[in-house]
Amino acid sequence: MNPREITAQISKAADFLNLKKWDYGASFSNDYSVQVDKGEAKQLKASQKQILTLRVWNESNLVGITTTSDISESGIKKALNQANIASDFGNKNEKTEFSPLAKHPIEVKEAKKRNPVGIKRLLTILREAEVKLLESHESIKSVPYNGLSESFYERVYANSDGAFRSYIKSQAALYLYARAEEKNKKPRSSGSVKLGYGVEDIDIESCIKDASNKTISHLNYSSIKTDKYLICFSPESFLTIINAFSSMFNARSILDGVSLSNKNSIGEKLSTEALNIYDDGLHEKNISSSPFDGEGTPTKRLCLINKGRIENFIHSESTARIFKTIPTGHAGLGSKVSVSPDWIVVEKSEENTDLKISLDHSTYEGEFVYIEELNAIHAGVRASQGSFSLPFDGWLYKNGKKISIESATVAGDIKYLLKNIVNIESRQVVTTNGISPHIWVDKLSITGDA
Amino acid sequence: MLSSQIKSNEIVFGSCNKDLLEEIIFYGIGLGADFVEIFIENTDNSSVLAEEDFITSVSPSFGRGAGIRIFKEKKDGFVSTNDLTKQGLMRSVSQAIEMLDITDNKKREVFNGLNEHRDYSLSKKKWINEVPSIHEISEKLLVSTKSLKKNNKIITRKGSYSRNLQEVIIASSDGTYVSDIRLHQTVGLNVIASDAQYRSSGSRRFGSSGMPNEFRLWDHDKAANDVFESSMNMLYADYVDAGQMPVVLANKFGGVIFHEACGHLLETTQIERGTTPFENKLNEKIAHESVTAVDEGISEGSFGSLSVDDEGMEPEKSVLIKNGILKKFISDRAGELRTGHKRTGSGRRQNYSFAAASRMRNTFIAKGEHTKEDLINSISDGLYCKSMGGGSVGATGQFNFAVEEGYLIKNGKLTSPVKGATLIGEAKEVMPKISMCGNDLELAPGFCGSISGSVNVTVGQPHIKVDSITVGGR
Repeated sequence: MNPREITAQISKAADFLNLKKWDYGASFSNDYSVQVDKGEAKQLKASQKQILTLRVWNESNLVGITTTSDISESGIKKALNQANIASDFGNKNEKTEFSPLAKHPIEVKEAKKRNPVGIKRLLTILREAEVKLLESHESIKSVPYNGLSESFYERVYANSDGAFRSYIKSQAALYLYARAEEKNKKPRSSGSVKLGYGVEDIDIESCIKDASNKTISHLNYSSIKTDKYLICFSPESFLTIINAFSSMFNARSILDGVSLSNKNSIGEKLSTEALNIYDDGLHEKNISSSPFDGEGTPTKRLCLINKGRIENFIHSESTARIFKTIPTGHAGLGSKVSVSPDWIVVEKSEENTDLKISLDHSTYEGEFVYIEELNAIHAGVRASQGSFSLPFDGWLYKNGKKISIESATVAGDIKYLLKNIVNIESRQVVTTNGISPHIWVDKLSITGDA
Repeated sequence: MLSSQIKSNEIVFGSCNKDLLEEIIFYGIGLGADFVEIFIENTDNSSVLAEEDFITSVSPSFGRGAGIRIFKEKKDGFVSTNDLTKQGLMRSVSQAIEMLDITDNKKREVFNGLNEHRDYSLSKKKWINEVPSIHEISEKLLVSTKSLKKNNKIITRKGSYSRNLQEVIIASSDGTYVSDIRLHQTVGLNVIASDAQYRSSGSRRFGSSGMPNEFRLWDHDKAANDVFESSMNMLYADYVDAGQMPVVLANKFGGVIFHEACGHLLETTQIERGTTPFENKLNEKIAHESVTAVDEGISEGSFGSLSVDDEGMEPEKSVLIKNGILKKFISDRAGELRTGHKRTGSGRRQNYSFAAASRMRNTFIAKGEHTKEDLINSISDGLYCKSMGGGSVGATGQFNFAVEEGYLIKNGKLTSPVKGATLIGEAKEVMPKISMCGNDLELAPGFCGSISGSVNVTVGQPHIKVDSITVGGR
């Protein structure tokens, strides 16, 4: 069945069950991936998957939900029935409605869909990439984590009020994580990930080069003394930390009491006036962009921090209604609708006179720690408390030299970090998770082995 | 007539599918596969969330699908699909054959048909009627969240329940033909406490496998008291000072460190990748002689227990480390094929869309002879980690774990609570430093995410002492 037929089938089954109000989100995908091991194919994978999430409203306007992979006529009937039963336990304290924007026009961009290249081509490309990476330096002994994949999917939202949205996309991903070994030294590992709409869009050579350079650059390492340091966050690592604490801008988290912000935090000063942060799911560099969210609300660019102050929260339909505003296109369909950011864009505002512009990671000659990549986010972040303690890959810059840091963690508090931003470099860098310049923060705690 | 025609052309749970499965395996072998494995599942899951004094989410879900794996020499091709018809399954076999570029079908393996059906599900079919209803779950969760409301510093109270019922059929060209039903239930409580600028959180999770009544027997009052006490103890805690120090790790979930930092390195997938420092250390000393570590799938009711693994093998009890000596790796079919380590009944996957891989089940450090007090009394200046948060291990073996509830040890006594601690190290260096094991082994349930998805496991240990480890803090 195609999405229109599924919608018609749900409508027919809902009529039969006397369910007047319903909506659904669906995803249909075909994925292909390969992994190699020293030139040999290791695992080749293909999957065909369909997921349908159905919500129904009962006579008391309470919502029930069911998720199923069975989109046959009987599967849809069963799902509607189960959702109807679940609606008896719907949340009486917080009603859910259709998004008022579910039928608003959406910006239709050129479909970013590529044709599949097929498993054999994926395998050839990955084999060649592995060989090149292994040959790039004598210390690189293996590429233990590698993969090349392509996905083709269609997402749909429709409701009993006549809303119907769908889009078709493709996405490809290449990851290469190399392991380098030298005598009497610990093995070191690092890597690179590249995304594209299709395999032909991925810059394979730069993925190989990045993985090689990063891995080799950590071969000569040293432990670091536990102390407070001036820190330069790479664009990737700063985006990681902002995403980890995005509950500060999340209306759902605020209502649930797990955010550092509250309903009255709009306008609160968090950082230097030089800092702007946006959520921009439709950004042209966002390979995973979606024109609408789980409730059918159009995706849009939203300012979260304007000149250091909280400007907006991200919303679903129900949180927007409670906050007396409009949904922002950040909802995930579920029994309890989730809210999450899409694609964070960090930039320097025009009000930037208080920054120490001499702090530039490529020219600064004083002592600082460069944090390339933060690890173990799920373990080391206490979003509801604002604290973090995270291992990282990075370097200590000292006396004009840089040396890889053997094993260390950076710890602090997100509000302290934002308040102590001392420079935002001018050049924005596109990453797989968003866009950010290098960000400098003064006096964060580093724990090392020295 | 119509009914039997449908049955012969698609997988029907609860019926004999032998002819259809044999036909599909014959098809794969005929096309030149060395080995064909079919994993089919049907799931019926529910989850319920209570927040404060309301049920805020009830989520039933259903799924059906098949994962087909073809081996040719040491390569494998894996295809998953929601299409359980004969045509759909054969299409998946063809796709896997094509992916592996199998063109030479002259050298054929022999398939002698499936063995007698081993049906582990017979006594389990009634479970679906024995598990608590949504109504019963909701009532108990609401009582639980209510009992967390012990003072006005508790600002957020949550109780969550999830039930996964998975019916599986596994058939492969070595004759394996089994069916099973798995039931996993888990329930958790979470609080956030706040007072002025101070904030803390507390959480506990409980879980079982194959015990429909377990949720009814869950002592929610004890759990609520435990979570409340933990959050209150940590509310005004100072940040820990970073540095190298001896630590005592509590029993139960303290075992997550062994699981993450060492257990994963004993899975054959790590040998295949060349990412374990223990690859060539079999029968060598890799840990302090006080350490004996076990991985098994047979403890009744434990969250990581199985009647049969996802490759159709009954799980065994594997002594991984005996008095500090490495004795065994955790292996699955691909692991045996590629590394030579015998299968241990540890081939596991989240669902049909993942190929099975060598994964831990119930993994623990065996009990020793000391009391908890012996361990603490032996330290003049260190850290007691009463409750661990999550953690992770990097590609070269470094681990990092958050301490959810910690206390300083001064002159052999527990003193003030501290927050923000993380434990950092490498298994190879830390294992020889586990110098004392307590006599109070307990297991705790958890979810482990890795190459074949998220699977139910238990971690465990008695109280243990690590002579020196890096503690990250402020």
